Amino acid sequence: MERQWPYENQLGQEEVLRCDVLVLGGGLAGCYAAIAAARAGQSVIVVEKGATARSGAAGSGFDHWEVACTNPCCKISPKEMAEAFIDEQDHYSNGIAHYIECREGYDRLLDMERFGGKIRDTEDEFKGAAFRDDETKLMFAYDYENRYTLRVWGSTFKPALYQELLRLGVRVLDRVEATALFTEETPAGKRCVGASGMQVRTGKFYRFYAKSTILTMSRPARIWLFHPDLVGLSEFRPTQSIGSGHAMGFRAGVEFTMMEKSVKGEFSAAGRSFPPYSTGNNHNTWYAATMVDARGVEIPYVDRDGNELKTVLERYLPAKGQKFFLKGGVIDEPKYEYRGPETLPFEELMRRGYQLPFYADLSRMPEEERRVIWGMMVGEEGKTKIPVLQSLTERGFDPEKDMLQSYGTGWQSAAFLAQERQLFGAPGGIIHDWDLKTNLDGLYAAGDQLFASDCCGFAASTGYYAGRKAASAAKKTDFGQISESDVAKEKERLYAPLYVEDDMDWRELNMAISKAMQNYCGGIKCKDLLLEGLHLLEKYEREDVPTLSCKNPHELMRTHEVMDILTVSKMIIQACLLRESSSKPLCFERSDFPAMDPAKDRHFITIRQENGKIIAGHVPHDYYGDIEEEYEKRNQDYIGGGAQ
Amino acid sequence: MSISFTAQTYPASARPLSFDESLCMGCNRCVNICQVDILLPNATAGKPPIVCYPGECYYCGSCVMACPVPGAIRLRHPLMNETKFVPVKKP
Ligand SMILES: Cc1cc2nc3c(=O)[nH]c(=O)nc-3n(C[C@H](O)[C@H](O)[C@H](O)COP(=O)(O)OP(=O)(O)OC[C@H]3O[C@@H](n4cnc5c(N)ncnc54)[C@H](O)[C@@H]3O)c2cc1C
Ligand code: SF4
Ligand code: SF4
Repeated sequence: MERQWPYENQLGQEEVLRCDVLVLGGGLAGCYAAIAAARAGQSVIVVEKGATARSGAAGSGFDHWEVACTNPCCKISPKEMAEAFIDEQDHYSNGIAHYIECREGYDRLLDMERFGGKIRDTEDEFKGAAFRDDETKLMFAYDYENRYTLRVWGSTFKPALYQELLRLGVRVLDRVEATALFTEETPAGKRCVGASGMQVRTGKFYRFYAKSTILTMSRPARIWLFHPDLVGLSEFRPTQSIGSGHAMGFRAGVEFTMMEKSVKGEFSAAGRSFPPYSTGNNHNTWYAATMVDARGVEIPYVDRDGNELKTVLERYLPAKGQKFFLKGGVIDEPKYEYRGPETLPFEELMRRGYQLPFYADLSRMPEEERRVIWGMMVGEEGKTKIPVLQSLTERGFDPEKDMLQSYGTGWQSAAFLAQERQLFGAPGGIIHDWDLKTNLDGLYAAGDQLFASDCCGFAASTGYYAGRKAASAAKKTDFGQISESDVAKEKERLYAPLYVEDDMDWRELNMAISKAMQNYCGGIKCKDLLLEGLHLLEKYEREDVPTLSCKNPHELMRTHEVMDILTVSKMIIQACLLRESSSKPLCFERSDFPAMDPAKDRHFITIRQENGKIIAGHVPHDYYGDIEEEYEKRNQDYIGGGAQ
Repeated sequence: MSISFTAQTYPASARPLSFDESLCMGCNRCVNICQVDILLPNATAGKPPIVCYPGECYYCGSCVMACPVPGAIRLRHPLMNETKFVPVKKP
């Protein structure tokens, strides 16, 4: 049944707005960026495609906040922790952002508490538990000895941030997608002077003039994984977060790095996996659940030396002689130095006669460990309160009486093929300086838009930091000029699909792109294959994008997404062509350059676009210098009380 | 050229949302919290929203969390995504 569109038709209308600091994307990073800039007395606009109160990867919640090293119970210094991360990731790591996260993350949690979010066990539900500090009521995950990662009530966070934005007088434009950046040439180089947007219910066009702009639109998705029927289950992150920020940045000349990195799928892909955190496993949210095999035989946990652990508590403690271990979002199979307790590897379990399927059996765990996994972590973690906790409870699941099945061989809840890839873990993104500024003047970035980004603490702390730096730059500059012809071109690009009648649906193009990326930019890559892929994507852009058609602003937004996915896919192939060797930490295999991580290529390769040409750059891994020294040089104002 | 917008429910193999018409008061809070914007307000005031783009649902549960009337809206993963559980076994 065809029905009338329920919202106003504002096609052809344009609103022009000005602000000191413009934030594109209202997730965790964007909200904290806006708060920092507003606190600095700047006028701020947040442009958010969804609804800020619940938008972004952390919209419905999250359960742990990583590396809050300045919390009063933590035994690891920010420098030690950030350097461990850098070392663990073989220096393909974002040292600047990780240090900011370790150093300022806990301040952002204290902010959150002031805004009304819940960061400690105020009701004494877990009094006396090994993971709780009874004095501060803070609760910890993973390493109970060193206490660097907190368990938090993340479902309370986004609504609290949204209220704080309103309280500070930030102008929040929900349901507006940012579509392009505007730049002007100055004697010092290119400068970002604003952006455009479209209201995704009414079609109204926005033109924003800003002294500083911050990109916080998360990372690309639906590049290799796309399901035209269950689109929202294609990937791990929200449907509407597909890398528009990367696409508009690339079009405007922003420099990226590590875009050649992608990993074999770990989560989602509609048909293959189960709802995240809904299956029996012992990672992340579910660390360190007791696992059993089909016969009910317990699967042993071992320390890094292979010694079997006797108690549940030992699963949360470093090995003898080890100061601390690393666990969390980007930590997969850590080096010996940082390796924590783990169940025996799958192959070893098969050798020893353990039988599939495996299950998580919480009934065998101490009462408060069971309750904190099933009820707090599963409940506060993103996408769990309703679709997992409530739904399984309604189906009769009782963690004291039932055990939950595992699928595949690990926590991924599915087994993927080599060509089914994702930007998951710590993928590529925008490369930046110590101000989190991009290569364009006036343009900053934070959160999952940065290269080698990972989690909530990272997003919140880099967001706030970028907001601070963008605000102080805005104070020293004036508005720039937006070229009328740039605006006209952008409008034409944006609205064209509304004027094409009954032709190609956006899903068809997304499907074609992901098939092309699986075929030409899959597990094993080589020059000829990549070039074939590039030619095909260029053909799509030239001949098929003009046939895209849709009937309302919602579908138009989805159509814009696929146009952005196409831009990002091309950038990924170009980045793959630039690295002429293979690399283990980048999960990058080239059959024409099989040498793994040769010395000549052990650095960041960057990519940007200028007048349609690809420009590569080479940046040493340690370009940011000594993380503590360089941070302190630039943040005396914050250290001296700006931290609030 | 002026254009009028139209919407047609885009069917999917799954039905993520269902409403209890006797409980839902048509306040549209679920419509306005959904970051994916898969719902449209009903043309008849007081009636449950229209799930216009069910395939785009991200299954986050925010719509259910926002609903002031318990039971008015239900979220269900596609059948293939029902995780299996069994009574605990002692070896
Ligand atoms: C299910 C799930 C569970 C997770 N659990 C944890 C956890 O427990 N701990 C942890 O540390 N991390 C967790 N993460 C990761 C963490 O949530 C993210 O790393 C973090 O939220 C990233 O913040 P961000 O602000 O960079 O991006 P997001 O919060 O995703 O925000 C990006 C925002 O940009 C908006 N946007 C996108 N495109 C546009 C556009 N064109 N115009 C305007 N707006 C746009 C989006 O709508 C979105 O609101 C989890 C992620 C998921 C998906
Ligand atoms: S579960 Fe999330 S994505 Fe699906 S309709 Fe509800 S709010 Fe929207
Ligand atoms: S929030 Fe609840 S009561 Fe309101 S329209 Fe949605 S389902 Fe109905």
